[in-house]
Amino acid sequence: MKREVVFRTRGLTKVYSMGEVQVHALRGIDLELYAGELVVLLGASGSGKSTLVNILGGLDTATAGEVFYRDMNLTQAGDRELTDYRRRHVGFVFQFYNLIPSLTALENVAIVTEIAQNPITPEQALDLVDLSDRKDSFPAQLSGGQQQRVAIARAIAKQPGVLLCDEPTGALDSKTGVIVLEALERVNRELGTTTVIITHNAVQAEMADRIIYLSDGRVIDVRVNEHKKSARMLTW
Amino acid sequence: MSASTNTKSRPVCLPGRAMRALDRKMLRDLWGMRGQALAIVFVILSGVATYVSMTSVMDSLQQTLSNYYEEYRFADGFATVRRAPELLLERIREIPGIGTVETRVVSRVNLKIEGFGEPVSGTLVSVPEGDQPVLNRIFIREGRLVQPGRENEVVLNEPFAEAHGLKPGDSITAIMNGRYRELSIVGIGLSPEFLMQVDPASIFPDPMRYGVMWMGRSSLEAAYDMDGAFNDITFTLAPGAGIDDVIDRIDQILRPYGGQGAFGREDQQSHFFITEEFRQLERTATILPLIFLGVAAFLLNIVISRLISLQREQIAVLKAFGYRTFDVGVHYGKLVLIIVITGAAAGTLLGFWLGVKLGDLYLRYYRFPYLEFVLEPPVMITAAALTIGAALIGVAQAVRRAVKLPPAEAMRPAPPAVYRVTLVERLGIQRFFSQPSRMIMRDLERRPLKALLTILGISSACAILIMGLFFSDSFDYVIRVQFGLAQREDVTVTFTDPTSTAAIYELKSLPGVIHAEPFRTVPAELRHGHLSFQTGIEGIPQDPRLRRLIDIDLKPVSIPPEGLLITERLARILDVGPGDEVIVEVQEGRRYTKSVPVAGIIRQFVGVAAYMDMDAANRLAGLGQAVSGAFLMIDRAFEREITDSLTERPRVTGIAFQDRMIGAFRDTIAQTMLTYTLILSLFAGVITFGVVYNSARIMLSERDRELASLRVLGFTKGEVRYILLGELAVMILLSIPLGLVLGALASAGFARSLQTDVYQLPFILGKGTLVQASLIVLGASAASAMLVSMMLNKLDLIGVLKTRE
Repeated sequence: MKREVVFRTRGLTKVYSMGEVQVHALRGIDLELYAGELVVLLGASGSGKSTLVNILGGLDTATAGEVFYRDMNLTQAGDRELTDYRRRHVGFVFQFYNLIPSLTALENVAIVTEIAQNPITPEQALDLVDLSDRKDSFPAQLSGGQQQRVAIARAIAKQPGVLLCDEPTGALDSKTGVIVLEALERVNRELGTTTVIITHNAVQAEMADRIIYLSDGRVIDVRVNEHKKSARMLTW
Repeated sequence: MSASTNTKSRPVCLPGRAMRALDRKMLRDLWGMRGQALAIVFVILSGVATYVSMTSVMDSLQQTLSNYYEEYRFADGFATVRRAPELLLERIREIPGIGTVETRVVSRVNLKIEGFGEPVSGTLVSVPEGDQPVLNRIFIREGRLVQPGRENEVVLNEPFAEAHGLKPGDSITAIMNGRYRELSIVGIGLSPEFLMQVDPASIFPDPMRYGVMWMGRSSLEAAYDMDGAFNDITFTLAPGAGIDDVIDRIDQILRPYGGQGAFGREDQQSHFFITEEFRQLERTATILPLIFLGVAAFLLNIVISRLISLQREQIAVLKAFGYRTFDVGVHYGKLVLIIVITGAAAGTLLGFWLGVKLGDLYLRYYRFPYLEFVLEPPVMITAAALTIGAALIGVAQAVRRAVKLPPAEAMRPAPPAVYRVTLVERLGIQRFFSQPSRMIMRDLERRPLKALLTILGISSACAILIMGLFFSDSFDYVIRVQFGLAQREDVTVTFTDPTSTAAIYELKSLPGVIHAEPFRTVPAELRHGHLSFQTGIEGIPQDPRLRRLIDIDLKPVSIPPEGLLITERLARILDVGPGDEVIVEVQEGRRYTKSVPVAGIIRQFVGVAAYMDMDAANRLAGLGQAVSGAFLMIDRAFEREITDSLTERPRVTGIAFQDRMIGAFRDTIAQTMLTYTLILSLFAGVITFGVVYNSARIMLSERDRELASLRVLGFTKGEVRYILLGELAVMILLSIPLGLVLGALASAGFARSLQTDVYQLPFILGKGTLVQASLIVLGASAASAMLVSMMLNKLDLIGVLKTRE
């Protein structure tokens, strides 16, 4: 059965400056991601995982090559089109949560639903991540895991086509990390959202449908996970 | 449930949550930065209040003047004559272009007031008994007009009455035509003709020593032998008529009767002073507040840009989730607008209140019966528009900078700032500086533009202070030069008419008179081409001891034996230079018209004057050797006797003590100046505080992680404070000399723009002023530094280290 392609990249290259240093983050990536799948991007620090996901999510622009979201050419899109693209189709979860510190958990979700075309309510979103009882807490009053779950609720509340998660458990202990991964798993399963999780932790790859290995800005391997585990069974 | 199927969602805005999340963020962010926001509010408030108060007071004074003139029928023209028959009135009324005409009897008198031992002079102006005059009507504040059949009744001009505590029912003694008369005060009033009540022999109002009174026509006629005659007329113009033609015709008619030249409203003493003062006021009211507003707007811009750049990560998150650049701009625009509108609104209210107070102050100086205070909508709109405009420009620029980076890059922690070795290291003298000191220097050199903008902000406040404070230095200097070097007499005695030189010997013979020096004033119209100016040519003897000519470089100038020596300003008015010929039409005696060369130009603080050798002036007037008055140097022990003796002489019309004149000058000018200085100092202090506080707070936010790291490593609070505030201290110390220089330059330009025909203000800046301005800036800076310093104590050492770099 021909699967629906959600993302397609051809020769994707990215070079950026860090102060006075030039970093070749991506070196000609060719890739396809399919609707509804849960993909783990695995690689060491500096392999280009975050850069790839940022470009897929329209947060960054490529230096060369092409990226398509369905039939939309992201590499040719201007700032306005990319903003619209993110507004309608993309949910993000970042390693350090990036919640707005002056808004409560509920409001952090509402800030996204208020501009979404077809959102679920913020309460429903928080319910999905089991945080209804902390809806009026500010980020400073939440643990790291709780903050990350709020971030997940924020990301999925708009019912996006894709969910991009950059090291979502990177700042958490393993027990909390599992809870977070379970939330992502549930979203992928119940909402059918194409989910991309970046990690350097090979254990977490065991919950994926496919694993894409990155090293030094290149895709070195793509494997279908024949023995997919649930997040609850993961330990690291 | 898949992403592509539409879930039936409830509306986004649920009951009970009417405000959008982004607006809640905005309000909470505002609360979080309330200290800085308040500082900005005060800066805006200062700028707006200065603008609103000064502009509205100016508008109010001008409006009041216009209405007052209209309501009380201030004349368009005036003429004095020695004595003309009342029958002439019909001929004058027939002049084409003339409107209403009214004849009067006017006389200068000396007065004696019980309990006041100094000489007082006054002017008596006739009014119809039991009725208002047709022109230059009187506003009766208290009491009534003079009644028919009561020959000694007078109405007193209010400032004069107030100065001596005189009320209806009191009496005053006047020496009228050599005879003592006890005058009964029946009313206190004001007239547009004497809005500024200035003794013709002086240049500043002195209500203690000069007053105006209105008396019944028949009483004055009887006292001065003017039955069926007049010596003064006032008139209005018919609609569309030109003043010059009317003046020429009147002069023709009155010349045989000793007419001294008709003149229009522009040359009427009170109106002339008022318009000059208003012109100066207008310039002050325009320039100063706009500078203030400009500085406030500039500061606003800097602070807002830095505040927004601190939120770079949050902006990136908003962009990541689909908020457009415009949405982000509107979000920060709202935050800034709240601050700006609060400041503008508060500033307008304060400005209104200040304006009313300033108006009251001016009422003591400009004697209107009332002040119609107006605050025109355009004034408020301009102030608001300027500050809001500047704020929104700042927001737009800052947001555009913040969203220029792709969100991913903006969310990435900023790379470590690029530092370089500083000048001291390149010079090899770093071993004299501790590590913290080197941190300060490196940070200053890393972002020189930021440092420069902060320095400019503080130095602007310093410059504004100088602009407010230099006035007193300049005025002090003028007084010292004018009255210390140029006008060294103790007393100026003025005669009713040009008198023989024997009068000088008589004055010299009075006990207590050490020296008497004559002067001759010849009223004349000076003409050059189509330009003309009416003035009194001052005839000065060669080698004067008391009244010398001193230029603005303090050099004595000798009077040429022939020709005119005129001030620079008069030369500009007549468009003449040395060697040019000026037509002089003498307005007394034989009324000769002669061509006189301009022998030289003199630069003085007194605005417009023409001098001549006394003998040459007498030859010009054609009345032989005469004197108009004398300058006396006296023994102070004989002051009382000299005053009494002079007061009783019928030919003496004015006795002015110089020290009283200086005192009156200081009282009037100083009061207004002091108020302005206080206001400006206060507001400049607020601006300094605002800049320093905001800079310090932003620096703290930008570097809190770095400073907390130092505390963790074992640095004391004091050492960390040194690093943060040391940088600020360097900027403050650099900004003070810059501010003094900027202030000096701006003040010099300002002083030049304030020239009037009455006096020029030199630009003088005393050391005391420089010290005062510096101290105010340092004080305000220290206060805000102390506040920020207290926040350093609350650095969350652990919390800051938990978040990522």
